[in-house]
Amino acid sequence: MADAAPPSKSRDLDKLLLRPGNLVGPTFDPGVQLRDDLQEYARVLVVGAGGLGCELLKDLALSGFKNLEVIDMDRIEVTNLNRQFLFRLEDVGKPKAEVAAKRVMERVSGVNIVPHFCRIEDKDVEFYNDFSIIALGLDSIEARSYINAVACSFLEYDSDDNPREETMKPMVDGGTEGFKGHARVIVPGVTPCFECTIWLFPPQVKFPLCTLAETPRNAAHCIEYAHLIKWDEVHSGQSFDPDNPDHMKWVYDEAVKRAQLFGIPGVTYSLTQGVVKNIIPAIASTNAIISAACTLETLKIASGCSKTLSNYLTYNGVEGLHTKVTEFVKDKDCLVCGPGVLIELDTTVTLKKFIDMLEEDPKVLMTKASITYHGKNLYMQAPPVLEEMTRSNLELPLYDLMDKTPKDVLHATGTINKDDKKSSCLRKLRVVFKGMDGVTDMDMAGGA
Amino acid sequence: MAEPKTKYDRQLRIWGEQGQAALEKASICLLNCGPTGSETLKNLVLGGVGSITIVDGSKVEFGDLGNNFMVDDSSLGQSKAKCVCSFLQELNDAVKAKFIEEYPEALIDTNPSFFSQFTLVVATQLVEESMVKLDRICRQENVMLIFARSYGLTGLVRISVKEHTVIESKPDHFLDDLRLNNPWPELRGFAEAIDLNVQDPVAHKHIPYVVILVKMGDEWKTSHGGTLPSNREQKREFKELLKARMTAMDEDNYKEAIDASFKLFAPQGISSDLQQIINDSRAEVGSSSSDFWVMVAALKEFIANEGGGEVPLEGSIPDMTSSTEHYVNLQKIYQAKSEADYLVLEERVRNILKKIGRDPHSIPKATIKSFSKNARKLKVCRYRSIEDEYNNPSPAELQKYLTDEDYSIAVGFYILLRAVDRYAANFNHFPGQFDGGLDEDISRLKTTAVSLLNDLGCSGLTLTEDLINEMCRFGAAELHAVAAVIGGIASQEVIKLITKQFVPMTGTFAFNAIDHKSQLLNLC
Repeated sequence: MADAAPPSKSRDLDKLLLRPGNLVGPTFDPGVQLRDDLQEYARVLVVGAGGLGCELLKDLALSGFKNLEVIDMDRIEVTNLNRQFLFRLEDVGKPKAEVAAKRVMERVSGVNIVPHFCRIEDKDVEFYNDFSIIALGLDSIEARSYINAVACSFLEYDSDDNPREETMKPMVDGGTEGFKGHARVIVPGVTPCFECTIWLFPPQVKFPLCTLAETPRNAAHCIEYAHLIKWDEVHSGQSFDPDNPDHMKWVYDEAVKRAQLFGIPGVTYSLTQGVVKNIIPAIASTNAIISAACTLETLKIASGCSKTLSNYLTYNGVEGLHTKVTEFVKDKDCLVCGPGVLIELDTTVTLKKFIDMLEEDPKVLMTKASITYHGKNLYMQAPPVLEEMTRSNLELPLYDLMDKTPKDVLHATGTINKDDKKSSCLRKLRVVFKGMDGVTDMDMAGGA
Repeated sequence: MAEPKTKYDRQLRIWGEQGQAALEKASICLLNCGPTGSETLKNLVLGGVGSITIVDGSKVEFGDLGNNFMVDDSSLGQSKAKCVCSFLQELNDAVKAKFIEEYPEALIDTNPSFFSQFTLVVATQLVEESMVKLDRICRQENVMLIFARSYGLTGLVRISVKEHTVIESKPDHFLDDLRLNNPWPELRGFAEAIDLNVQDPVAHKHIPYVVILVKMGDEWKTSHGGTLPSNREQKREFKELLKARMTAMDEDNYKEAIDASFKLFAPQGISSDLQQIINDSRAEVGSSSSDFWVMVAALKEFIANEGGGEVPLEGSIPDMTSSTEHYVNLQKIYQAKSEADYLVLEERVRNILKKIGRDPHSIPKATIKSFSKNARKLKVCRYRSIEDEYNNPSPAELQKYLTDEDYSIAVGFYILLRAVDRYAANFNHFPGQFDGGLDEDISRLKTTAVSLLNDLGCSGLTLTEDLINEMCRFGAAELHAVAAVIGGIASQEVIKLITKQFVPMTGTFAFNAIDHKSQLLNLC
């Protein structure tokens, strides 16, 4: 051990960051500078402080990152404790983001983690632009879709419709269910975004109401009858709260009665919760594997210290162990990561008219849209203060609000209806004013 | 609901009360508590494993603070085993956690009987020589063993157990056991009582597809010399027949029948996997046979006799469009047959137990019942010893992997992980472990790899310069994120071994963190 290096906390990571390598990224520039820059300048946002989020924070803190933030709207529950290792029984009821940040900072000195206890939609879009990389540890399609749209909204295209590298906001995304999981890398404009491959997440199968009402066959049908039909019949006006134990008990009791009536076995309290809350089974090991794979990719994107995953990894430990890498391709017509939905307008169209048009446009179908232009709020539906401040813009021509720019990009956030479910959504819109831009005429000619 | 049950709710939905009970009974020994070992145990402690014993002789160094979450600044200079143990205890006070401050290599050499007290040993970051010795001990003592190693951007996980048998393999996708092509009298009777030409449209669209397929199958047979559709043309024709029976566009039951018609065409009898199990020499049972093999012997008799070539019926049916009444009755018919088959199998199990001189009631009813229902899904996993894998390599397999683009990096790492141990045995350090003399290390590792390939019977093949250089660059680093992947996989395999549910991996998992084309190498 004669030539042992002076003690360094990054003893192991240094091998990767300080030494030149052969199977590395094109921008890899090994050295102390790289390690220090990673600590000083790289900023990673972890979205979700649940099973994946807790692991991601720990893994990132021990992989050379010092500036982390985490956003999560949930509070800690007892059922989290079998895998969300940063939480203890006495933490139940506290905000996940805050406890997770505190615990990791306690154990890994020098790391700074800023928690955000709020919904992802509560943050300005610009909040997300502050980060070098966004790591997603989410369990819902809607939330992934939203963050994906936000990250893709930063992407700008040059005049030849090629994505500008400096506007790309890379994401790594993980997901697990039982012994299975996936990890993927999304570089908007380069690899498929979440929306390009939305078919990977088929919509959840719902039972037809007539089955529930007339021909129930299994325990889940009885539970959903109590939850979706009987509850409303009996509790007029009071909405069902899945987190209220009295509500859950009521649904369970009703489901049992219905099952008895039809001679159907299998209604239990546990199944009732599973069906009503759509509980996805989750264990520590799978979360650990997937989060660590995501962290490796985050490190590689930030430092170039190795080649990256291209671009989707699946893991399945049910029967033996199967891993597979699939290189999905981008949908060139994607509404989210593509150059944006093209909308042609007369220069006289007011902002109000424009917002109304978005409800009708088959490619947008967005209600209650708020509009921003290069970070400037043209109209905001909420909060009331901002609404009041921007209301006067509604009657002004959009052309004027855009400083008479013949062709430019706007961002619209609002609500869309998908599979009978309302969700928040952000769209990039390319607005072109008729007669003001030569390119428009050419487009028109091509379309005619 | 009691707190522990609530805490484990999300995993009870996967492995149930029985799986959880098995975990809570298990005692796990961990060798070396660097990040790989610590992360493995973390996942097991969270899940509520019975007890853990951490064996590590080292003190916490500055560098450990950068790769292990279970130690912090205050741990510097203290026993690593003690620090990791106390943090893990914080995660779950139901787990009995203890530590032994000793180097695993020393324990292996001086106190082999130490290991016999455990259900399972997780051995991390061991080199070849210690792996071989430990494997011999654990096989002798019938203790399950799993190796886990993280090394730069690679690593491996390897199970070493003489034999692991699974009744509840719980596969994701498995053909329903409906016996549509071979209905027993009660099922046929039920189908016959239902009129496919019923006039009432509501009744017509609520005939379960099981009934439609049984009846239409019989109808086809009478006009086709007693055989079911066997070629593509006949299958297409059969589906057209089904379609023609629809009286309205919205008849989901007929659509389901068309989609499920392959279940009618499926061959009768048992799968080749199951055939292999009943043909196994261990199915010739004696007084020392395990419960599993006793039940296999009974199953073999059942298939040859009452089963008429089939296993006991599983008894559950998938959801399908149907009136409640038809569906519930159908469920009862399947359950009754399943129960009857189970009783026959149980009788055979009891007789065999008697014959081999064991208490005929020494296998619980519930176990035989589970075996009976899962007869089609039985799994037997065997692993050869590490010594055997090393002394009797599979050159044909290795060559195949080395020349396959998807495998070449993973198998290259497998070979290099063995090469670095040889290297370390010769030079007392791993290649690239220290910052000086990297070039010399690279050329020495290259020489070592060539001679190893030669010993493996792959003398014509070489590893790429790139890979050898990378391996030296790694310098035996134990990166946290790689350790978390390897530890995560190891803990998942431990859970499968202890709960005896799902199917553990049956090869050497070679991790490739470069492009994630990791592979399970079929070498053990």
